[in-house]
Amino acid sequence: MSTLAIPTSPAAAEDPEVPIDALLAAGRERRRAGALTASAAFGTRAMLKLRHDPKQLVDSAAIPILFTVLFTYLFGGAISGSTGDYLTDLLPGVLSMSIAIVTMYGGGRLAQDVRSGAFDRFRGLPVWRGALILGGLLSDVFRYLFASAIVLGLGLAMGYRPDGGAPGVLAAVVLVVAFGLSLSLLWAAVALAVRDSAVVLSIANAVLMPLSFASNVFVQPSTMPGWLRAFVDVNPLSHVASAARDLMNDTGDAGADVAWSLIATAVITLVCAPIALRLYGRQS
Amino acid sequence: MTKVSSDGDHPAVEARGLTKVYGENRALDGIDLTIPRGQVFGFLGPNGAGKTTTIRILATLARPSGGMVRVLGHDVLTEAQAIRARVAVTGQFASLDEDLTGYENLLILGRLQGLPRAARRERADALLAAFDLTGAAGRPVGGYSGGMRRRLDIGASLIVTPDLLFLDEPTTGLDPRSRNQVWELVRRVAAAGTTVLLTTQYLEEADQLAERIAVIDSGRIVAEGTSAQLKSRVGSSTLHIRLLDGEQRPQASQILAGALAGTVQPAADPLALSVMIATQPDATDTGRLVGHAMTRLGEAGVGIAELSLGQPSLDEAFLALTGHRTGPATTDHEEPQA
Repeated sequence: MSTLAIPTSPAAAEDPEVPIDALLAAGRERRRAGALTASAAFGTRAMLKLRHDPKQLVDSAAIPILFTVLFTYLFGGAISGSTGDYLTDLLPGVLSMSIAIVTMYGGGRLAQDVRSGAFDRFRGLPVWRGALILGGLLSDVFRYLFASAIVLGLGLAMGYRPDGGAPGVLAAVVLVVAFGLSLSLLWAAVALAVRDSAVVLSIANAVLMPLSFASNVFVQPSTMPGWLRAFVDVNPLSHVASAARDLMNDTGDAGADVAWSLIATAVITLVCAPIALRLYGRQS
Repeated sequence: MTKVSSDGDHPAVEARGLTKVYGENRALDGIDLTIPRGQVFGFLGPNGAGKTTTIRILATLARPSGGMVRVLGHDVLTEAQAIRARVAVTGQFASLDEDLTGYENLLILGRLQGLPRAARRERADALLAAFDLTGAAGRPVGGYSGGMRRRLDIGASLIVTPDLLFLDEPTTGLDPRSRNQVWELVRRVAAAGTTVLLTTQYLEEADQLAERIAVIDSGRIVAEGTSAQLKSRVGSSTLHIRLLDGEQRPQASQILAGALAGTVQPAADPLALSVMIATQPDATDTGRLVGHAMTRLGEAGVGIAELSLGQPSLDEAFLALTGHRTGPATTDHEEPQA
């Protein structure tokens, strides 16, 4: 009786079909998954979760739709005289802001993961500790591109015509998504520290709302009081929005803001990635 | 068996003075433990005794506060990755992605274990078939029954056959049929050369599966030995009797203590009492003893309403081993998660 199946009933115990002993003996060969393989596995996992539960995308769609439509018609007439003119200024800003805001949902999901039993199983595997976070970024890229497509699609439908054409729009999207990924790492670090998705979303909201509204997304800072303008000028989201505006509208003036955006992206990444890694490996 | 003997000099687990402190709470208070390779070792104790904490430390998910711990010869603090490559944990709570299918769960874990595409597909198919889950393979795990989940969970721990498998209360909450399936599985895994460390609240489970058992209480090991050794300390069976007349309880107590040579405990029910019967050299002697005791009760005119003979409950075993009842302890769930 060296090959017995797991009996599913008393009858099945006497009628083995699958040799589990052979299965166990055959499974002893060990390989190591490299950092990239493990990250890709976690990326696949995140994409599969998205496929099984597409509701997750609702967050990433609702904010871009709401912001694009609402702000265009709410402020368009008042600020620029017509919605068409306003779109030229507003849409790249709304793109930047929408992506920045939807970044928080990735952190919320990581916090949920951390509380699940699956997290212990993953942490018990001999894989690079950054793999789960990096894999999560993969599905974040998908979500950010999805949100970008919604903003751009709506903008085009409402009459926005980017002078920068496809290359300008593409460059702006790449820049905005890159900035979004650095924020993803920030929320990943927060999620691993607080381990509660509601708290992650509260913290992210408390940070993202001032960044979004105290910026140059909606109005030119020249009308603002000095103290507010000082904040708006150092707000990285202002620089990302300006860079996106310059790239999409082909103003030929994108250099400085693109540089500032990339510096902000790099700084947030370099600060948050090591913290997130440390927190992931933390054993209580 | 295959590579088990390659570094078989090292015990599966070696712990000296292991402590774990959460704030004021000493979850583990000096555990000394040696688990040889190639056996099923049972960790028996009530909720909150420290079973899950011990497993989390051994599986490198939590850090010990003090003491020396080596798993398969590797230090848990400095060689965590080497341990992770060779052990697997099936937790008390499902460690699977609920919204993914059973098949997808196994494929992803296979990829994380470094199996190439064809190998992980083959392995996932084989495990699902072996665990009678082929029909459910394409359904999200969230819709699985408790027994299916537990089987898949154990299957997920066998994507690569581990040298040491931790099973944290593998049958808690399962119906008897699912429990038997899991037991059979544990025996198969052990027979294939994997050391199994299982925690349980049930004496019967430890008795059924484990060659050696450590009884843990309030973060300390209070007894360790083979099932037979522990039973000789606890009594192999317990006789529960319910009388027709509570007035006769002292009399019955006296007769039973004499006839069975065991400790008689009055139960909360004024009509009931229980007797722990010492292990008999021949199992049939227990029945003979009980028959004799019943005859004596009958001769003395003591009427019996109910009579049952069973294994001592964990509570009774605890009382015998620790001198106190298991009591309402905090559950393992409430320990801070890593």
